[in-house]
Amino acid sequence: MTKLGAGVPDSIQGSVVRRGDLVFRRLAKGAGLAVLVVLAAIAGFLVWRSVPGLRANTANFLTSTAWFPDQSPSRFGIAAIAFGTVVTAALALLIAVPIGFGVALFIAFYAPPKLATALGFIVDLLAAVPSIIFGLWGLQVLMPHLGGLQRWLNDHLGFIPIFHNSLGIYTKSLFVAAVVLGVMVLPTVSAISREIFLKVPHSNVEAALALGATRWETMRMAVLPFSRPGMISAAMLGLGRALGETIAVALILSALNVVNWHVTEPGGNTFAANIALGWNEAGPIGLSALIASGLVLFVLTLVVNVVARSIIWRRAEFHEGL
Amino acid sequence: MTTLTLATGHLQGRRLPRAAAPATALVAAALAVLLGQISPVSGVAGTTCVAVVLFFAGYTALSFAVEGSRHAIDRLASTLIYASFLAALVPLVWILSTVLVRGGRVLSAGFLGHSMRGIGADATGGGVYHALVGTIEQVLLATVIAVPIGVLTAIYLVEYGRHSKLSKAIGFFVDVMTGVPSIIAGLFVYSAFIVSLGFQRTGLAGALALSILMIPVVVRSTEEMLKIVPSELREAAYALGVPKWRTILRVVIPTAIGGITTGVMLAIARISGETAPLLLTTFLSQSINFNPTSGPQASIPTFVWDQIGSATHPALDRAWAGALVLILFVAVLYTTARLIAWVTGGARR
Repeated sequence: MTKLGAGVPDSIQGSVVRRGDLVFRRLAKGAGLAVLVVLAAIAGFLVWRSVPGLRANTANFLTSTAWFPDQSPSRFGIAAIAFGTVVTAALALLIAVPIGFGVALFIAFYAPPKLATALGFIVDLLAAVPSIIFGLWGLQVLMPHLGGLQRWLNDHLGFIPIFHNSLGIYTKSLFVAAVVLGVMVLPTVSAISREIFLKVPHSNVEAALALGATRWETMRMAVLPFSRPGMISAAMLGLGRALGETIAVALILSALNVVNWHVTEPGGNTFAANIALGWNEAGPIGLSALIASGLVLFVLTLVVNVVARSIIWRRAEFHEGL
Repeated sequence: MTTLTLATGHLQGRRLPRAAAPATALVAAALAVLLGQISPVSGVAGTTCVAVVLFFAGYTALSFAVEGSRHAIDRLASTLIYASFLAALVPLVWILSTVLVRGGRVLSAGFLGHSMRGIGADATGGGVYHALVGTIEQVLLATVIAVPIGVLTAIYLVEYGRHSKLSKAIGFFVDVMTGVPSIIAGLFVYSAFIVSLGFQRTGLAGALALSILMIPVVVRSTEEMLKIVPSELREAAYALGVPKWRTILRVVIPTAIGGITTGVMLAIARISGETAPLLLTTFLSQSINFNPTSGPQASIPTFVWDQIGSATHPALDRAWAGALVLILFVAVLYTTARLIAWVTGGARR
């Protein structure tokens, strides 16, 4: 600014900073800062409000599987719910990631170009279905249908410990929850990896095709290597969503905090489902204990999201620099 | 004709005829049905799985025999990619059709016009009116809180803070915030607003939790829209001596308003189905409460949760009908958003 008006007398130039500009700029900056403040406040309040519960706890918070915060002496730990959260999220990713990448490749390269946008919109609709409806469907419709599959897994693959089921009951299992989670995470994975695939330079794809590569060879040589970091972060963002999903999981699982590797047997719980299921019965210490477990979930999802986003952001800056 | 095909045949190597795929599919299906008679895997789902596996194996083997390994792998990959798209459609169609059929049986004017006051879990009747009132009020309040903050943040990111360290940090954490689980927003509002400040569990507390989930969505969509406003428009305004803030309010925002509105509608659609934060911040309520600042207030998602919890036949019927109302609510918002995008987009062209 000073360079432009260097030779001009002040009387013509007028004051550079107008009051309206200053106020508006500060408003906008304040709103932006508010976002950071909210994120910090979430961490701060969760830490503060989890202290009473953690003080009262007589068991090891990290290694205990019990959840009896309102008994005296109060005993609770996150081992069981952490186990359930990680297992359901991992199984959900095993389902959602291959299908999600397939859907993204289909929409980006295989579908007729005229239909691609519409087909992408249809898959995105899956993300618009509220999680309570996934839960209702999972509990009432999908769970009975998955009984046969889980029995088959037990009968034929029962020698693999996780598929073994000694109870013969196949409802309310971590496996059912993981399948529903997989469906819910699928649109996240496919939408983000689709964005990544669409950024692959056309010239690379065309060069591969011109050299006589088949479509799959083009994908393998030109598309996938270029997109690998983005695909990893798409999977991680899906993981973040699977870790924190509450209602669908809470409807399918019963509040039974156990560590059980037989994932088709009933039982198991997750961080978020434990909070939703225990909330209304909890006393003051119980609420504080649930907040403490929520803090662990918050940190977990924060780490996953920060890593995933920094991969994407670094790529974006790299492309802007090109 | 024959010479031509022969010539290309020599150039290309042998290829499978177009009818190969449907023919293999038919054979696989027939074999699966036959196998279903003698093997332990039966039923519609089992037979379909066997048919799909047979098709993959048969088609790839056929292609390998005729075309060689490269094309066989290519065909297998293509089939898998097409199949994954179809697999993604299955749950969508399944969920929507179930909600339509099971919810449609119960949905009526009476269901929309009555609350659950005095209706026991075993009794039929009752309705979603109190929840509809709650959801509309909570979502409106959340929008009133989240839209100004979200739009102003986007303005800061695009118009003021370009390439500054602070704006990069804000942009990054907005992205991170989209990944914060919704139940954490509920926990935060509970521990800050209700425990620490001593407010009651009300519709307003629920709206606060929803606004936390809404802000990052609004920021992202508004930012995208502001970025595509041509900078010539801004420069023209500056050249006429218009202050920057008036340029933003009078030139930039009006140009992008269609897209911003679409983004806001989509954000509303996203939060109106949220259950977890509302469970922690508003009590379940069976009666009509028009006042979001005092007393428990129902909402459609918590209504469905409550009915599923009752687990009786009439309650589950009500849960499906509530789910249908929720889907319709979200669908109306989605369609409106698309219509706005289409109308304003068309006007500019």
